[in-house]
Amino acid sequence: MRCLVTGGNVKVIGKAVHSLSRIGDELYVEPTEDGLSLRAVNSSRSAYACFLFAPLFFQLYEEGSLDPDGETFRCKVLMKSFLGVFRSLPSLEKMVEKCLISLNPRASRLVVQLHCKYGVTKTHNLSFQECELLQAVFDKELCANTLRAPARVLVDAVVHFPVTLAEVTLGVSPAGKVSFRNYLDEETEPSRTMVTELCLSEDEFQDIQVQQQSHVTFCLKEFRGLLSFAESSNLPLNIHFDSPGRPAIFTLSDPLLEVHLVLATLSDPNSSSQVHSTTLQARPANGAFPTATPDDDFTGDDIDSYMIAMETTCEEGLGLPSSPTFPQRHPHPGAGLESQSSAMESDLEGAVPGTPPQKKFRSLFFGSVLTPSQAGTHPGPSQDVLAEDSEGES
Amino acid sequence: MPLSTQPETGDDQYVLVASLDNVRNLSNILKAIHFKDHATCFATTNGIKVTVENAKCLQANAFIQAGIFQEFIVQEESVTFRINLAVLLDCLTIFGTNSLPGTSTALRMCYRGYGYPLTLFLEEGGVVTVCKINTEEPEETLDFDFCSTNVVNKIILQSEGLREAFAELDMTSEVLQITMSPDKPYFRLSTFGNAGSAHLDYPKDSDLMEAFHCNQTQTNRYKISLLKPSTKALVLSCKVSIRTDNRGFLSLQYMIRNEDGQICFVEYYCCPDEDITESEL
Repeated sequence: MRCLVTGGNVKVIGKAVHSLSRIGDELYVEPTEDGLSLRAVNSSRSAYACFLFAPLFFQLYEEGSLDPDGETFRCKVLMKSFLGVFRSLPSLEKMVEKCLISLNPRASRLVVQLHCKYGVTKTHNLSFQECELLQAVFDKELCANTLRAPARVLVDAVVHFPVTLAEVTLGVSPAGKVSFRNYLDEETEPSRTMVTELCLSEDEFQDIQVQQQSHVTFCLKEFRGLLSFAESSNLPLNIHFDSPGRPAIFTLSDPLLEVHLVLATLSDPNSSSQVHSTTLQARPANGAFPTATPDDDFTGDDIDSYMIAMETTCEEGLGLPSSPTFPQRHPHPGAGLESQSSAMESDLEGAVPGTPPQKKFRSLFFGSVLTPSQAGTHPGPSQDVLAEDSEGES
Repeated sequence: MPLSTQPETGDDQYVLVASLDNVRNLSNILKAIHFKDHATCFATTNGIKVTVENAKCLQANAFIQAGIFQEFIVQEESVTFRINLAVLLDCLTIFGTNSLPGTSTALRMCYRGYGYPLTLFLEEGGVVTVCKINTEEPEETLDFDFCSTNVVNKIILQSEGLREAFAELDMTSEVLQITMSPDKPYFRLSTFGNAGSAHLDYPKDSDLMEAFHCNQTQTNRYKISLLKPSTKALVLSCKVSIRTDNRGFLSLQYMIRNEDGQICFVEYYCCPDEDITESEL
C-alpha cells in the first residue's frame, strides 16, 4: 500500500489519529478498495471508531497487492508511535508539505514519511503486527432516533461539563426536546454532586428524528475526541441511538471521508437484572457469565485471534409478552428490528470472560445476551452467536 | 545602579564583582545548561564560564563574556568555585521569571574568595534581596581535547530546524545517531526506539543550512539521555554549529541572543557511544 497525502489533508490525518488515540492503544491500518481505513477499539471493547479516507482524499492511492486468499494486508501499530509522527498539529500544518504512508509486508515496516519545509525529510519506520479485520457490525438504520447537528453546537454543549466527567446522558423526547446531562452512577451521592443539564432547542439541529423517548449514557472522552475532529473538519455530526444498552453511533460523512464512532451505552440497571435471569436459563453453555455482571466483557480474549462480527438479528416481536419491568420501552411501529446483537467467531465460544467491567457498558462486540424465546425462534443466527442482546424487548 | 544596600565594606576585598542591569541575561543562559545541580564557575577578565557535567561523557559550558555585565572586576588571574546551580537559579529568579515589560531585576554579584559564599544583591522596583550561597570545593572538569584542527565535519544550522526534531526525539531509543556526510544523506538524525526507527534528513542545500563542511562520512551514536538536555540551549538559540572530530566526539555550539541583543554561547561536548557494528547500520 502506498498513499500520498498533501497540503491540508496531512492535518486531517493528524487530527484523525489524535481522535483515534482517545479510544485505543493500537491503531488498525487497513488499505481497502474504498480507501484507507484507520480504526481503533478500546480495551473493554465498548468504543470503536473507524475513519475511512476515500482514494480521492489522497494525491496517490495504491491499495497494494492482495494476498493469496484475496485479502488485503492489514496491520496494527502502537497508537503511541503513530501518534508520535503527527504529535504536533500546528507544526504539521506549518511545516509538512506532504506525507507518504507505505506499507510493505515484506519490509515489515509501516513507513510514514513527512516531507517538510526546507527540504527536511522525516522517515518513521514503525513496526507493526499483522492482524485480523477489526469490524464492528452495526446498523444505524435500526436506531429509532437520529440527530444531526453542526459540531459547534455539540462542542458548545459538552464544554460545560467538567473535564473529569466520564459519562454523559443524552436524552430525547418525541416532542423535540434534546438534553445533555452529566451521568451520576449509583455510588455518587446526589446531594454532594452538581448536576448539569443542558437542553438544546430543536432549531439547533439540522435534522431531528425521534421515534421513541430515550436516554442513553455514553463515555464523554471518545465523544469529545470525535467532536474536536468534526469541528476542525467543519462537518455536521449525526447521532443515531436507540434505547439504553444499545450502541450509539456517531457518524461524519463527506465524499472523501467517512467516520464512524460506536459507543456502548449504559444499560438500564433494572432491565439488565431481568435479562440476566433469563440468560442463564437460556444459555447454560455460557454459564461463565459472572452472575453479578450479565454485561460481561471478554477483556481477556486472545487479541490476535479474534474476528469480530456484530450480528444484527431481527426480533419479530412476536409471542414475547411485553415486560412490565420496562414501561418506557414500548414496541412501536417499525421498531420490530430492535435487537442489535453482537457475536464473535464461534471458535472463541469457550473463551473465559475477563474481569467484569465496573460499569454496565456492554461490549460492542461481545456484550449481549439472548433470551430463550429468541434462541428458539432464530436458531440460525444463534449458532455462531456467542451472546446476543435481548434487552427484554417487545 | 539603584541598589540601596551597597555593601558597607569596599569592593576591593572581593576577588569577583559583577553587576548586571537585567538578571535574565544571566539566568536564561544558565538555564540552558541546567541539567545537573552542580556547576563549576571560572571567572577571568574575559568573563565567566559555567561548566556542568554528566556521567563523565557530557560537558556543557555557558560563556558569559565580561561585556554582558555593566561592571565586571576580577582581582585575580582566575577565580574558580563550585556552586549549586539550582539554588543559584532560584536566587536569580527570586523576583519571578516573567517580569513585566519595562521592569527588570538588577544584580550585583560578589565573591570574596575560597571558602566564602557567593553574595547576590537583587533589586527590582526598590526591593532588594540579598542571597548568600555557600560555595563548594571546585572539582576538576573534563578536558575533551576537542580541537578545531581535528574537526572532520561541521554544519551550521538555523536552530529552528532542529528544535522540533529534538523536542520530538523518540526517547525510547537509547541513542541518537548522527550521520554527517559529503554525500547523501548529508545530515541525518536517527533514533531506534520500541516503535521502530525514525530518520530525519537535512539536505545540504536546505535554507536551514548556513554552512556545510563535511569531508568524510561519519556515523556516530550518542546517548540520547545525555543529549536531550541540550534541547534547553537549542530552544534559546538562533543558530547551532554541529561538529565532529576524528574520534567521533561531538561539539554542539549554540549561539544565543539575549534580550539586549548581545550574543552569548553555550557549548555541549559529548563522547560517542561504543563502536557500532556494520550490521546495525
